[in-house]
Amino acid sequence: MIEFLEVYVKYGSQWFPRMADAALVSASLAFAGFIVAFAIGLMLSIFQRSPLRLLRFVATIYVVVFRGIPLLAILFLLYFGLPGIGVTMSAFTASAVGLGLSFGAQMAEVFRAGLEAIHRGQREAAIAVGMTPLQAFRFVTLPQAVRIISPSMLVTFIVLLKDSSLCALITVNELMLEGRALATEYFLPLNIFVAIGVFYFLIAWPLSLLARTMDARIRAKQTRTL
Amino acid sequence: MESPLLQIKDLHKSYGSLEVLKGIDFSVSKGEKVAVIGPSGSGKSTCLRCVNFLEKPSRGHIILDGERVGVKPGSDRLMSDAELAPQRAQMGMVFQLFYLWPHLTVLENVSIGLRKVQGVPSNEASEIAMDMLEKVHLGNKANTFPGLLSGGQQQRVAIARALAQRPKLLLFDEPTSALDPELVGEVLNVIQELADEGRTMLLVTHEINFARDIADRVIFMDGGVVVEEGPARELITNPQAERTRVFLSKIEK
Repeated sequence: MIEFLEVYVKYGSQWFPRMADAALVSASLAFAGFIVAFAIGLMLSIFQRSPLRLLRFVATIYVVVFRGIPLLAILFLLYFGLPGIGVTMSAFTASAVGLGLSFGAQMAEVFRAGLEAIHRGQREAAIAVGMTPLQAFRFVTLPQAVRIISPSMLVTFIVLLKDSSLCALITVNELMLEGRALATEYFLPLNIFVAIGVFYFLIAWPLSLLARTMDARIRAKQTRTL
Repeated sequence: MESPLLQIKDLHKSYGSLEVLKGIDFSVSKGEKVAVIGPSGSGKSTCLRCVNFLEKPSRGHIILDGERVGVKPGSDRLMSDAELAPQRAQMGMVFQLFYLWPHLTVLENVSIGLRKVQGVPSNEASEIAMDMLEKVHLGNKANTFPGLLSGGQQQRVAIARALAQRPKLLLFDEPTSALDPELVGEVLNVIQELADEGRTMLLVTHEINFARDIADRVIFMDGGVVVEEGPARELITNPQAERTRVFLSKIEK
């Protein structure tokens, strides 16, 4: 046990800065992917509530399809597949898009749950004061829904962050890839991958604590009007 | 004679095969207060909600200030909700369950329509909103959130919100039905004060005494039709139709 820890004392100054840099890449990747997922999820949830059947159909198909395809398959398709038809992206871009496409389907479900939790009368009151449906959504329904779903969005972000490790397989120099590089340099895979795990944990754990606090606060705040 | 501010002509509304409104006709003149009473399920709320097209009528005309509501001029095509917005802005609506927006302060609840719908600059909108809150005696609650108010206070904020639209017509959909009995009075007082200002009101209510005192005219609905209408005091103290008599006799005065 002592020996195991001594390795970190010996190599820490060489490993940790590199891991920290890679962790930053992982975090930015997760963030970029989350933005795309947020946009797609929001758009799909609007489609799901549209009076137009075609849009509702598109939203349903999207969710079914992207829930059924593994993230890794999407990443490979984007990074290795699309150049075949002349579409090339950097590994980072392909990863952000891939994560966004895949998690967009989940975000749509998160949004849907949030929007369904808002009483119909909230929108009616907005429309009655003369707001257009878009304004009612923007100023009344959406802000309330976002508040309700913010804990689940945070949880989605954490899952997304962890799954971004798959992007190592399409050469993004994030934590996982850096770990593999270090492992082949130093031949200490056990120590290195434990450290990598700790780095992921150090990002994810505070966020999940935050999600729990937010959730508790929202529950406590349910001195609600309809 | 000046034509009425609001005209309802041959209004029908069906949900599937269930016909809720079977041809309603009445009108409201400028400055007039009209109360609609009747048993549950008589269609009175549906009728009110058809006036600002929260429910789309199956047939008939709603005419506000000479302009047909919800239908494109020169055609029979129904307007979309976006196209309806300017017409709805001319009618203030107060709901049974208030429907204040919990994420906005009391002041914002009242001012947001001014800012976003009427395009009033922010400062001015807040001033007008403040005036409206004073009118319902809640100026001191401007910066609280609605969830912290009592039901009666929430309903008064909702009234201030409707007033801020500077509406031609105020619609009240059973404004006191969801309130604890001891909170009803404060809301009725506010409505009474508005009536005294000469505002035009269409009020669906269960408060028969209040209808008698406040309204110029009462309309009694049952089974999706207007059974009887007449001057408030007369209709309530001396109803002509048998159905009206039965209904009124069932209500504890």
